[in-house]
Amino acid sequence: MPDRVSLVVNGESRSLEVEGRTLLVDALRDGLGLTGAHVGCDTSQCGACTVLVDRRAVKSCTVLALQVEGAEITTIEGLAAGDGLHPLQQAFVEHHGLQCGFCTPGMILTASDLLSRDPDPDDETIRRSLRGNYCRCTGYQPVVDSVRAAAEALREAAA
Amino acid sequence: MIPAEVRYVRASSLDEALDALGEPDAKALAGGQSLLPVLKLRIVRPSVLVDIGGLGLAGIETVGDEVRIGALTTWDRLASDAALARPALAALAECAAGVGDLQVRNRGTLGGSLAHADPASDVLAVVLALGARLELRSPEGERSLAASDFVLGPFTTALGERELITSVVVPVPEPGSGSAYVSVEHPASGFALAGAAALVRPGGSSSVALTGVGARASLVPEGGSLDDVEIYGDRFAPEGYRRHVAVVVVRRALERARARAEEDM
Repeated sequence: MPDRVSLVVNGESRSLEVEGRTLLVDALRDGLGLTGAHVGCDTSQCGACTVLVDRRAVKSCTVLALQVEGAEITTIEGLAAGDGLHPLQQAFVEHHGLQCGFCTPGMILTASDLLSRDPDPDDETIRRSLRGNYCRCTGYQPVVDSVRAAAEALREAAA
Repeated sequence: MIPAEVRYVRASSLDEALDALGEPDAKALAGGQSLLPVLKLRIVRPSVLVDIGGLGLAGIETVGDEVRIGALTTWDRLASDAALARPALAALAECAAGVGDLQVRNRGTLGGSLAHADPASDVLAVVLALGARLELRSPEGERSLAASDFVLGPFTTALGERELITSVVVPVPEPGSGSAYVSVEHPASGFALAGAAALVRPGGSSSVALTGVGARASLVPEGGSLDDVEIYGDRFAPEGYRRHVAVVVVRRALERARARAEEDM
């Protein structure tokens, strides 16, 4: 029996039909065509499906769409304002924070949650915060470098 | 992986939730960080999911000499709330900060974890050592249970079919107390191979609880030896090694709790 869920996705009100069992990641990908949230492990380990729910990073493979009724969802498609890249995206480009890119949306959205609470995290904090995001290509040092650089860029922009 | 078909009910009051839980094979859904994975594996196949996320059961407040923690308080909140930022209760925040990862801590809840009753639950050791009690609500009314009477075995609790945890009440230990939680985790799963929570009171008496070493977390009898505690072995940690890890985490937790007790003087 289908239900309806209403969400504010990347700033736009959206309403769609889902089943009780529909996972948020499937509602975003199949229902709304937002394929930036990736299904990696599908067992809440890898973090490739991470999106922001009311500004907090969550694993969208481990949340039912109906559980987040009315919430503000930010996917990687909606992180940047306008047509440019968000400072986190720009930093990942400049510091080679990715190779294949599969884990990148999740890495960036988790880092965005971290930086919204802690604008100047040390490397240890960055690593601990990204514990739920796996990269199988680069190793994590360039990812940490990217997040640190983005933090600096965001602090300068805010100053 | 998609869960089996299930009807979803969003409860708007406790009474409505308890009503809905009266349906056969109904299951309460809090943050879902333990339940969703087992629904996806179809290990659990309820007919109805009763979402209790909207009942306002989250929050932490100090009332007299107790701290009341709403059942739906997330790990993230527990790790950072000022009411818990004192040496005597440090084990709670310390344990919460180490649960899963940032995303899981944003959604996972204290009550959900206790109801799930994983034999390696970190927080169960902490609530045991701190002597907490759980407040429960069913259509028959309210009751409260000591944490030590709540978990019966692996994934098995004293909760009735139509009963919910509404809050966890932690007595504030007397001034000059300190607590700590220390675990050694399996590096891939993050679950404790052995975890120990300790509360040290002024004068030196202590409560210690162990998790991850048996069917359920349990208190170590005061003055008792770990030689008397039943400890299981598996392919990750044979019995002898797990026993060694248990001894080490108990010692570390006691040392850290003692150091904190001195801070609280």
